[in-house]
Amino acid sequence: MKYEQTDFNLSCPIPLDRYPQVLLAHGGGGKLMHQLINQLFAPTFQLGVQHDAAIVNLPTSKIAITTDSYVVHPLFFPGGDIGSLSVYGTVNDLAMSGARPLYLSVGFILEEGLAMETLWQVVQSMQQAAAATGIQIITGDTKVVDRGKGDGIFINTTGVGVIEHEQFIAPTSVEPGDLIILNGDLGRHGMAIMAVREGLEFETTIKSDSAPCSSLVIKLLADGLNIHCFRDLTRGGLASALNEIAIAAGITIEIKETAIPVREEVRGACEILGFDPLYVANEGRFITFVPEASLDQALKMIKSQNSEANIIGQVTGKSTDQIGLVTMQSSIGTTRIIDMLSGQQLPRIC
Amino acid sequence: MKFVCEYRNEETAREYASALAGITTQPWTIMEICGGQTHSIVKYGIDELLPPEITLIHGPGCPVCVTAIELIDCAISLANLPNVIFCSFGDMLRVPGTNRDLLSAKAASADVRIVYNPLDCLKLAKENRDRQVVFFAVGFETTVPATAMAVYQAKQQNIANFSILTAHVLVPPAMEAILASPNCVVQGFLAAGHVCTVMGYAEYEAIAKKYQVPIVVTGFEPVDILQGIYMCVRQLEVRKAECENQYTRSVCREGNQTAQQLIQEIFEVIPRQWRGIGEISQSGLGLRNKYTRFDASQRFQTELNLVKSDCADFPTECISGEIMQGIKKPYHCDAFGKKCTPEHPLGAPMVSSEGACAAYYRYRQGIGIKYEV
Repeated sequence: MKYEQTDFNLSCPIPLDRYPQVLLAHGGGGKLMHQLINQLFAPTFQLGVQHDAAIVNLPTSKIAITTDSYVVHPLFFPGGDIGSLSVYGTVNDLAMSGARPLYLSVGFILEEGLAMETLWQVVQSMQQAAAATGIQIITGDTKVVDRGKGDGIFINTTGVGVIEHEQFIAPTSVEPGDLIILNGDLGRHGMAIMAVREGLEFETTIKSDSAPCSSLVIKLLADGLNIHCFRDLTRGGLASALNEIAIAAGITIEIKETAIPVREEVRGACEILGFDPLYVANEGRFITFVPEASLDQALKMIKSQNSEANIIGQVTGKSTDQIGLVTMQSSIGTTRIIDMLSGQQLPRIC
Repeated sequence: MKFVCEYRNEETAREYASALAGITTQPWTIMEICGGQTHSIVKYGIDELLPPEITLIHGPGCPVCVTAIELIDCAISLANLPNVIFCSFGDMLRVPGTNRDLLSAKAASADVRIVYNPLDCLKLAKENRDRQVVFFAVGFETTVPATAMAVYQAKQQNIANFSILTAHVLVPPAMEAILASPNCVVQGFLAAGHVCTVMGYAEYEAIAKKYQVPIVVTGFEPVDILQGIYMCVRQLEVRKAECENQYTRSVCREGNQTAQQLIQEIFEVIPRQWRGIGEISQSGLGLRNKYTRFDASQRFQTELNLVKSDCADFPTECISGEIMQGIKKPYHCDAFGKKCTPEHPLGAPMVSSEGACAAYYRYRQGIGIKYEV
């Protein structure tokens, strides 16, 4: 099943009638591999001189590097695909550390028998995502594994970004009194994947929130706003991100359930499966910790990109036992702990 | 979300809480039977809203928690058979058997799959005619109709490579076992709304009368539960002992008769072992004779005999039996939060999101709530 793929005008540069599927030889170092690199990867990613490593210039000496692997199944899902995800995910990780994304490496692990057309669509999606975020794909690698030993495509991307400001954006910079801004509704990526994977049908299709967050982050920093920390809400969702920061900074955090936007369809799907939206993965959502002095301007800027953005809570103090604690005021006004997830969320019986 | 949000409303919740405080004149102990309600109570901190006279006791209504360790071992043995696709609801996967759980069996090569609906297993069986598809049929009366439909359809469609490992349990016999116990401190019950959606509540009227205990059929949202407690206390205060229905938007007295007929067709009442509690007579469901060919424990009898596990005793530190009978609370257990955590559960109530121990661990650890010991 494929969703809303961009209409690609270009046809696959690898002759599909001869090579409709990826063969082991496409990773074997011979002619087929070179054809794949020279005809498919290099022109799409606009790779320069091909050598054992890419050589680039950096505008500042302070850089950020991050790496992430993408194994999402299905490869195409409502609201995105593994290609754009593998770019946005790494770009967002760079942005969360306050860096402007510049360069990206791409490692493909392809499964023998993968449709060449699928690879072509993923590669084009990556290039479009890279262009949209201003990151340049500069180097890559391809391996092909035996049929049955992969899941179509696995992608690893490593990103390099530059730090162009003097702030130290990190959990340890978070202070009591900081306010927490969430940049939109929660839980759509995880539930979109779940719905497709498990064949669950709802009245409305849940679309992943997969999106780049870098331009907004760069804008916030370029405006000289005092920001203490950013964190994206990927695996483990909002609850895990808050706990990680609370633990790292030794602080207590209180959030308010009614301030957290969750769309009807996500709420419904979570109810049916027994999931808590606070723990569901997102791919375009992040939280910003700001001191009160920066709050109004930061909120205004974040809201200008997504009107659902909201202040969801506050750092209430230093944790007495230095362990960190996250609590939530529930919709009925009582308080409960938001703990780190144990294992994965499993659908409950009834 | 309609039919959910209005039952999670702070103002309504506070109105019920203050109405409850207004009618409560003395201490009352009420048990919510269902693990789903326990989860809601602890998650939303509903007990924080109650007057101090009201004590809630968490009952044995978590199907994951009460499934006998022998059955979990049996499930793992079946899952380990090379030709078997073993299907289960998600939260059974982490429940510890004697030596390990289904998730670790899966990691070690067993073909274990999470399903949401037993009918999905029939589809799997049709797609994999050369393999055996076994469904771990767990749950109270709530999940029984879906299992029954799967067995019924398997017979109709002659799907020979499908079978079930039955662990179904019934609520009323467990309530009676609690009420008949000399240690019983329960003065009123909240019955499980979804169970009664299927079964109705005529059976509960008889229990209320026999044991002179009020029973309120109750839903799962915070306002449902507060209203259920209010109705229960209203009876207790005037010494009434009737069965009332709070969950009228889902439950009628007769229940879902089509579902009941289907259950009758497929299953018969049998004795059942409850984990941590022991055997309760007439408290389980087993396949009727004409459907025994879909019984996995019979179909794989030889294989299961070969791997018959020598079940270790329950870990001695674990007091889940007493917790599920409402005699003790999770924080009374020495192992709670120390040796026993959701990552390393000693007993089943620490596994399921509906288990009392997991609920307390997840929502209460370290929050500074003072417990009476």
